[in-house]
Amino acid sequence: MEIVLNPLLNGFVYGMLLFMLASGLTLIFSMMGVLNFAHAGIYMIGAYVAFDMSRLIGFWAALIVAPLVCAAIGAGIEVWGLRRTHHNGHIAELLFTFGLFFIIERGVQMVWGMLPVPYRVPALLDFPLFRLYGVDFPAYRAFMLLIAGGMLLAIRLLLTRTRVGLIIQASLTHPQMVSSLGHNVPRVFTLVFAGGCYLAGLAGVIGGNYQVTEPAMAASLGPIVFVVVVFGGLGSLSGCFVSSIVIGMVQTFAVSIDGSLADLLGPIVAWIGTDNLAGEILSIPVSRVGPLLPYAMMVGILMFRPRGLMGTRDT
Amino acid sequence: MKKYLRCLAAGALSAGMCLGSGLARAEDTIKIAFIAPFSGAFAANGDAWLKMLTFAMNNVNAKGGALGKKFELVTFDDKIQPAEALIQLKAATDQNLPIILGGIGSNVAAAMEEGVEKYNRRNPEHRALYLNLSALSMPLTEENCSFWHFRFASNVTQRVASLIKGLPKDITKVYLMNQDYLYGQGVESDTKKFLAKFRPDVKIVGDEFVPMGKIKDFSSYIPKIKESGAQALITSNWGPDFNLLMKSGNEGGLDIKYYTFSAHLNGGPTSMGPEGGNRTITVLEGHDNVGADNHIPTAEDFVKRWRDTKPGIDFVWTNFQTTFDMLAAAINKAGSTDPLKVALALEGMQTTDIYGHVNTMRKADHQIQMPLYTALFTKPVPNDSEGTGWGWKTESMVSAEDLTFPTACQMKRPDGT
Repeated sequence: MEIVLNPLLNGFVYGMLLFMLASGLTLIFSMMGVLNFAHAGIYMIGAYVAFDMSRLIGFWAALIVAPLVCAAIGAGIEVWGLRRTHHNGHIAELLFTFGLFFIIERGVQMVWGMLPVPYRVPALLDFPLFRLYGVDFPAYRAFMLLIAGGMLLAIRLLLTRTRVGLIIQASLTHPQMVSSLGHNVPRVFTLVFAGGCYLAGLAGVIGGNYQVTEPAMAASLGPIVFVVVVFGGLGSLSGCFVSSIVIGMVQTFAVSIDGSLADLLGPIVAWIGTDNLAGEILSIPVSRVGPLLPYAMMVGILMFRPRGLMGTRDT
Repeated sequence: MKKYLRCLAAGALSAGMCLGSGLARAEDTIKIAFIAPFSGAFAANGDAWLKMLTFAMNNVNAKGGALGKKFELVTFDDKIQPAEALIQLKAATDQNLPIILGGIGSNVAAAMEEGVEKYNRRNPEHRALYLNLSALSMPLTEENCSFWHFRFASNVTQRVASLIKGLPKDITKVYLMNQDYLYGQGVESDTKKFLAKFRPDVKIVGDEFVPMGKIKDFSSYIPKIKESGAQALITSNWGPDFNLLMKSGNEGGLDIKYYTFSAHLNGGPTSMGPEGGNRTITVLEGHDNVGADNHIPTAEDFVKRWRDTKPGIDFVWTNFQTTFDMLAAAINKAGSTDPLKVALALEGMQTTDIYGHVNTMRKADHQIQMPLYTALFTKPVPNDSEGTGWGWKTESMVSAEDLTFPTACQMKRPDGT
C-alpha cells in the first residue's frame, strides 16, 4: 500500500499543477490555433511577481494580485502583439510567441537577476498535514490541491453556466460560425488569452514555492506542458485534465519502481543475455527512464490517435 | 531596477571588451580569453565565474601583472554548447588571444580540449593554450589528456576521496543518488571505490540514477530513502536536481545529512535557505569563512576585499586565484606569452594559495594538486552566503598529498620537450 499511496498523492499534486498550466494553454490553442510558446514564461512571471509581492503585501494578497498582473500582461500581448500578427497566419503567431518566450526569459534575468530567489512557502502552511507510512504530507500540497480543484470548478461553471462560457465553448469548436453570428470574436480571444495567462500566473504563484523560482523554471516546465496539451487532445478541457493527471502520475510512479522490463520478461531476457544491446536496454531500471515516459506517450498517441486522448477536432 | 542597470552595464562592458580587443590598447595589456555561457539557462554561472575571475585578475594586476603588463579578460559566450564553444575558440584565436580560460560544463571542456589539440597541430606557428577552471570529469586528464590542457580545479576523484575521508565515523548507512550522465556516473563509481577503500564499515543501502534536469518533484524518492534507513545521502545532483530533492526531503520529514559536491555554487545557498541548514555538507576549494575560522590574515583580507565589491556570492573557487598567480608566474618565467613556453613553465609550478597551502601543477597529467575542504551549511558564521544568514563552516580538510593519485594519462608532448 505504501508504495502506491505516496506516489498517488504526489502524482496528483503534480498533475494538478500541470493542469493549471495546461488548461490555459489548451484554451488558447483550441480557440486561436496558436501553440503559445510564451505560456511557461507567464508562469515564471507569476512566480516572480508573487515573490516580490509576498514580501511587500504578504502571500495571500499576492495570491490575488499576481495572477491579475499576468492576465493584464496576457491581454496586452494579445491586443498589441498577437492581433497584429494574426492576419499573417499561424506561423507568424507561433514565431511571435516563440520570440516572446526568449524576451520574457531574458527580461526576468535582467529584472530579478540570474540566481534563484528565496520564494518560500508561507509560514501558516509550512507544517506537515499528516503522516503516511512514515512520510509527511505537507499542508502546502493540500492547499495546492484546494486551489487547483477550486479553479477547475470555477472554469467548469464559467464555461457551462454563463453566456461568455457559451460563446467560448462555441468558439472552441466552431470559430467561424461564432463570428458569422455577429459575436465580437477578437474580444473573446483577448478574454481567453488573458484568462489563460491568469491561470498560468496562478500556477506560478503556488508552483514557484513548491519548486524553485529561478530563470530556468519556464524552460524546464514548458515542454512537458506541451506534451499534456497534445496528449489530452485539442478542444477538450476534460482531455487536458485527464492527461495532466495521467502524466503527473506516470512521472511520479515511474521513479518509485525499482524493477526493469527485464524483471517482467525474465526468461526472455535470460535467453537474450544482458551483455548485448537489446538485453542492456531491457534491463535499465524504470526509475531511470521514468521522466522520458511522457514524451514516449506523446509520440505513441501522435502515431495512433493524432487528435489526442479526447480531442474533438483537428487544428 | 538597480540590478537591471547593473546587468546592462555588465553587458555593455563585456560587449565593449569584445569589440575593443583590436584597438590600440592591445599593446598595453595581456589579453586572456574567457569562454563561458553568458546567455541561456547557465548564464548565472558565467556571470558568477566572471566576477570571481575578474577579482582574482585584479589581485594579480595590483601586484604588477606579468612582464610589466596588466591582464585583461575578453569574454566569449558559448551558451554551454560544445559546437558554440569551438566557434568562440576560433574567434579567440582569430583575435590573437592564445591563452584561453574556460571550464563550465565537462562536455564543453572535452570539445575545447580536443579542439585546441587539433588547432595546434594545424597551426604550429599560432598555438593556443586551454586553462580549465572548473570542468571536473576525469577523461579530461586521463583518456583525452592533452599537453595543451591544464586543469586548475580538483577533479571528481579527488573531490569524492575528500568527501569520503571526511565522512563522520557514526555514519554507516549511505544512499547514493546521482544524475544519469558522465559526471554523475563518475561520482557514483568513485564513491563506491573510495567507500570500499577508506570506509569498509559503511553500507550502501541505495544506489540510484536520476535523469538530469527532468524531475520536477522528488517526493516519490523520499519513501524509498526513508525505508532504506540511510543516515546520509551522497549526491552529485546540482542545480534544480539538488534543490528540489532537498525540498521534497524536508517536506516529507526526511531527517538525514546531504553530502553534496555543488551545494555551494551560486544560487545554492539561496535556494536551500534555512531548510538546508545543519544538514548540507559540500566539497570545495575554499569558502569565505576559512580565513576567519583559522585566523589566516591573507585569506581574511581577501574575503573582506571580495565582499567589499558586493558580489552577492561567496568566493568558492579559490583556485581561480591560483590560476592567475600561476599564469603570471609562468609568463614571467617564460619571458613571453607564447603558449608553448607558458605551458612548459606551468608544468610542475608551485605557488602558495591564499590559505598558505602549496599548490602544485603536476607535470604528468596537468592536474593541479591542492587541498580540499568539506564544509557544513550552518549558522552563525562570520560571513554568511548570499545574504541568507547561513554560511559554510569547515568540517574537515584533506591535504594535497592525501589527494595525489596515480594517473593513467599518456600525454603526447610537442617535439623536443
